[in-house]
Amino acid sequence: MVSAASALLLARFQFAFTVGVHIVFPAFSIGLAAYLAVLEGLWLRTDKQVYLDLYRYWIKIFSVVFGMGVVSGLVMSYEFGTNWSVFSRKAGPITGVLLSYEVMTAFFLEAGFLGVMLFGMNKVGRGLHFAATCCVSVGTLISMTWILASNSWMQTPAGYSIDPATGRFMPEDWLAIVFNPSFPYRLVHMGMAAFLSVAFIIGGTAAWHMLRDKRKGLPISQPVKVMFSMAMWMATIVAPLQILAGDAHGLNTLKYQPVKIAALEGDWETESHAPEILFGIPNMKTEHTDYAIKLPFAGSLILTHSLDGKVPGMKDFPADQRPPSPIIFFSFRIMIALGMLMAATGFLSLYMRWRGRLFTSPFLHRLAVVMAPSGFLALLCGWVTTEVGRQPWTVYGLLRTADSVSPIMLPSMALSMTAFVVVYVIVFGSGIAILLRMLGRQPEEGEHDLSEQDAASVLGTRSHPETVLSSPDHGA
Amino acid sequence: MSDAAYWLPVIWTVILAVAILIYVILDGFDLGIGMLFAVERDRGRRDIMVNTIAPVWDGNETWMILGGATLYGVFPGAYSTLLPALYLPILLMVLALIFRGVAFEFRIMTRETGRAGLWDIAFMGGSATAAFCQGAILGGVIQGVSVTKDAFNGGPLDWLTPFSILCGLSVMCGYALLGACWLVWRTTGVLEANCRYWARRLAVSLFVGIIAVSLWTPMLHAPYLVRWTDWPNILFVAPVPVLVVLLAFLFVRGLQKEHPVTPFLCALGWFFLCFTGLGISIFPYMVPPSLTLWDVSSPPSSQAFQLVGTAILIPIILAYTVYSYRVFRGKVTEADAYH
Repeated sequence: MVSAASALLLARFQFAFTVGVHIVFPAFSIGLAAYLAVLEGLWLRTDKQVYLDLYRYWIKIFSVVFGMGVVSGLVMSYEFGTNWSVFSRKAGPITGVLLSYEVMTAFFLEAGFLGVMLFGMNKVGRGLHFAATCCVSVGTLISMTWILASNSWMQTPAGYSIDPATGRFMPEDWLAIVFNPSFPYRLVHMGMAAFLSVAFIIGGTAAWHMLRDKRKGLPISQPVKVMFSMAMWMATIVAPLQILAGDAHGLNTLKYQPVKIAALEGDWETESHAPEILFGIPNMKTEHTDYAIKLPFAGSLILTHSLDGKVPGMKDFPADQRPPSPIIFFSFRIMIALGMLMAATGFLSLYMRWRGRLFTSPFLHRLAVVMAPSGFLALLCGWVTTEVGRQPWTVYGLLRTADSVSPIMLPSMALSMTAFVVVYVIVFGSGIAILLRMLGRQPEEGEHDLSEQDAASVLGTRSHPETVLSSPDHGA
Repeated sequence: MSDAAYWLPVIWTVILAVAILIYVILDGFDLGIGMLFAVERDRGRRDIMVNTIAPVWDGNETWMILGGATLYGVFPGAYSTLLPALYLPILLMVLALIFRGVAFEFRIMTRETGRAGLWDIAFMGGSATAAFCQGAILGGVIQGVSVTKDAFNGGPLDWLTPFSILCGLSVMCGYALLGACWLVWRTTGVLEANCRYWARRLAVSLFVGIIAVSLWTPMLHAPYLVRWTDWPNILFVAPVPVLVVLLAFLFVRGLQKEHPVTPFLCALGWFFLCFTGLGISIFPYMVPPSLTLWDVSSPPSSQAFQLVGTAILIPIILAYTVYSYRVFRGKVTEADAYH
């Protein structure tokens, strides 16, 4: 019994660790690929050098981020089989098929056109190269769509039946499986999270360069200004929208996973006119949230949009069906706080823009630097909230996590856990160091038009005299 | 068994086999190039070697993910039995591929810090380890997995036998040969000449490996032996070894006449034949020696839904993959900078 429990714990810890590291990179790729497509589109449209300079700067970051996303994702596609073999046998007929569609519609598209995007600038001409960038960007979005369909199905299963003999999930209605009740909310929330995370990385990088140039008495370069301005527009517009999307997602969760809401709110008793617990420590043993600081009526107002709305409490549910409240109580609050701060940063930048101080306000720039990782932190906290909140189930209400794990393999799991931690620290530690060094350099400004030599050295492409960027037949 | 329940898994077995073969061939030369770092120390030439695959390796590796996902969706019984059985070699392979995958970027990005040499080692070691593990995984499947009802019930080191080690080493030789032949085709000068030299030696070791594995496999399980020796089966399977020898003649001639593509095509032919031979041995088992493809397949509704998408998408994927290879065709030389 002891070793079975430890194997389960290790499998869960390993999944949380590997998916936690992984999720950052696809989110980074989703946001950055879209940014690159916009930059290249703007460059083709306006022929302004600054957009090409930014494209050349961020594509190098993208290639490193994408590489790390690929290898960390590879781990995930085998981990279901090695550590969660019972889950994959039972749910594979549904989740495995969704994953296969992700591979066929997204991974191949990204991988197929990534080569052209990174190395093909002077091999295929401007229009085709832009098409390749768009394909990669669309690929990242398609990938997100399938993986969220699969994840949402595990949260709010639909369109299935269960084979009584084997306990397997049998697909009955694929439209219902993909468009399950929580899917649209998750898709929108995650998509915006990816865009916001990358906007804050870009804005933070620009702000850092502005502060440094100012200290050195240098003028702020055009590419840095443009990237700061674009990032702050994104924060101004998307951060408030994200709060609205999060609210809608919350209502959806209340409807389909009420115990998750009760646990993340730290509520034990079902009540109308419920207060919102701002801070406290939920105690699973005494069934009470200690040291609670409450805001009257706010709980009902936020969750049900009315003052007397009924808010569920954990005591309504059997003890063995409650998620671990303390973890998600905090992760949820950190996510909310970061979301508010992101929106505040956006509003402040809008005010500074209106006052004409967008590129001169040291406070805004310092804030942007501090906020640089906030999107990714919020995204991770959001994932902890939704995934830990699904416990103790892998397929909500139907298949328990404890019943999903591979037959006891404690030594193997202990070994793999250790190996993943060591390898991830080396590889992703080095990767982040490399990224930070790249971000520490300013985008190079191309005053002159790109010569063939420059194109080759900058984008890593091969020389092809007839399709050089600056050749007249490709001019706008 | 209804018609759909009988035929869908058969169709899927063929698709899975083709996907794995495409993976083995495409990522085979990628991994082989990594291993050839062991004998090619010159940094400039190493860069050329990497440049020949940099635009396409990611797509190559995606075929493996497709293989894994197909097993998961269409043959969940095999996925959930084989992966726990092969836990350690799969873990080792994944870790190796992590190092190798990031080394493509990191070895360039760390050049000015002096740590690039370490990422060259990661690239080489990762490639070699991944190749060995893939062979060992193959060997582990062929020699069989201990199963009760529908789950793996053996120990973590069951896969580790002299046979699986032999398979691992053979696959290493085979991938390195593919890599060398690819470079003969895609490079010039000293590197091309060096690769021709290595290709000859690697071909000899692969040939030894093929013979050893071919003689050993039928001894593992009685049904394998029957497949290869029973009359009239022998009429259908006899061309396999005959063609292997025929390709050997073409290979040697191609190298002697300094023909660019022939050695690579011959090496591909060997992989195809070995793969076919393997299929002949283990069909219809998906988890030898106890679970057939029908035992491990998902419900027909899953298989049918995925088949529709596959029939539409795989031709599209192949089309743009070919396009991407065409964009980057031709000999790669020192002048071709990377980053």
